Amino acid sequence: MSPAAELVLIAALAVCGVYVSWRAGRLDRLHAKVDTARASLDAALVRRSSVALEIASSGVLNLAASVLLANLAHDARSAEAGRELAESDLTRALRAVFSQPEFGSSVAGHPEAEELLSELESTAHQVFLARRFYNDAVALTIAARRRWMARLLRLAGGAPMPEFFEIDDTLSPGEAQASGSDMTHLAS
Amino acid sequence: MRVGLVCPYSWEVPGGVQEHIRDLAEALMDLGHDVSVISPADDDAALPDYVVPAGRAVAVPYNGSIARLAFGPLSANRVRRWIKDGNFDVLHVHEPAAPSLSLIACWVADIPIVATIHGATTRSRALHAAEPMLRSALEKINGRIAVSEAARATLVRHLGGDAVLIPNGVTVRRFEKAEPLPGWPGEGGAIGFLGRMDEPRKGLSVLLSAFAEIGAARPGLRLLIAGRGDAAEVMARVPADLRDRVVLFGQVTEAIKVQVYHSVDVFCAPNTGGESFGIVLAEAMASGAPIVASDLDAFRRVLRGGRAGELFPNGDPHELAEAIGRLLDDPQRRATLSAAASAAVRAYDWPTIARDVVKVYEAVRPAGASLNGRSGASSGVPPSDPSGSATG
Repeated sequence: MSPAAELVLIAALAVCGVYVSWRAGRLDRLHAKVDTARASLDAALVRRSSVALEIASSGVLNLAASVLLANLAHDARSAEAGRELAESDLTRALRAVFSQPEFGSSVAGHPEAEELLSELESTAHQVFLARRFYNDAVALTIAARRRWMARLLRLAGGAPMPEFFEIDDTLSPGEAQASGSDMTHLAS
Repeated sequence: MRVGLVCPYSWEVPGGVQEHIRDLAEALMDLGHDVSVISPADDDAALPDYVVPAGRAVAVPYNGSIARLAFGPLSANRVRRWIKDGNFDVLHVHEPAAPSLSLIACWVADIPIVATIHGATTRSRALHAAEPMLRSALEKINGRIAVSEAARATLVRHLGGDAVLIPNGVTVRRFEKAEPLPGWPGEGGAIGFLGRMDEPRKGLSVLLSAFAEIGAARPGLRLLIAGRGDAAEVMARVPADLRDRVVLFGQVTEAIKVQVYHSVDVFCAPNTGGESFGIVLAEAMASGAPIVASDLDAFRRVLRGGRAGELFPNGDPHELAEAIGRLLDDPQRRATLSAAASAAVRAYDWPTIARDVVKVYEAVRPAGASLNGRSGASSGVPPSDPSGSATG
């Protein structure tokens, strides 16, 4: 082998090495992003169930509606394996409570009602955003890990494959589509 | 006596609690009492004339499954007005801890309250948030009835205090006689199941596993399943070569339900838990069906420890298959069980049960209070009961 060929080979190997380490670094950053997004999502979910519990204990709702919300908010907070199901159940219950006929007039006179409901609205929206960003990060990470090089060289190391978090988190279905924006998806 | 019954679940949707309230209301009226029922129902629903609709119920997650409950402000207002206008001597709420009309009724009422607890659950929950309100509403209840030992144990564990045990009733005469469905039970024999297919604690999966075993060994044996749920999903759990011997009837009418009990050689109640009494079991007994049931405490009691029906270890498909097989091979034993079941179920006949419930009503009324029974818009037969000794 001529010296020139050797040089080319060494250069090619160096380029490959740099490329592989760059891919590994990227994968690492993607995993870190998933972790951060997951932490935000968890925090948003906890805030949402806290506000639901607060509403349940405030006397804004009648006793049956209060107990329903308190049960499901508590389930959502204590769920481990069934977290997605429990959070979806809480969403469904919130949606049911707020869409009842005469709901608006029943809370009208309550001093805390407006503040609590708008707080719930804002935490529910945080859940909606945090979940979307989390799933986005998961999708990117899964795609990157499925590349042949990542699989062949085990670039992800022992990191577990991230999983999507699928829940029903829309408090008022239909409104988002109607307005054409994701930023106004709650009932007023 | 003027009695207000509160039903927490949708009247139009078939269910054990709703049927209990209907049968109790009718038995009380037969005894000469004046009865009004309030229940979640659409305003334009076809209801018996003693039922007042409290507005549409909403399907929400509750207690591990989906329940149709009424918890909106409209329903709360209707309950309030119904109690105010009803002039009741006693308010009888059912399943008071369920977030629906019964709880609202306890919350707003200031008359004597009797509550019946139907459900048994081993699930404990901490009601951190709504607990003070819940407690003060439930503390207004003057007398509590549990329909089974299991329901009573649940109550003691979660709410404290105690309850009198009055088992669920069954209107025996409605079930005693019926023609089998055409072609049933058939030459090869038939096993029956009735209940929701998609509710795990009804135990259908245990029965399906047992049928995979016993169906393979006995060509011609069929399985009749009546109840709500996804047919395709159920069939997917049956081995392919047995699928033509599993017949799904879906949700059936009252009349067909009675026929179902008369259409099988062995009726199976494989419930894995959560069952407080098992109205299905009592109906099967009233129909004189030979029964194999899981050995839940409540079932063991109703089936007289196994004398009025075979018991198998809860959740064990192999033992269930064995028990079914033994019964299919022994017509003599089936006849014995059938007769024993028909006799045992007499204790749960509604007229008997309703009289016991009235005794509880009398016990919670303030001493010396006069009856409202003949006042207002009442058109019922005058009560025949003496307003016996009452304690607070």
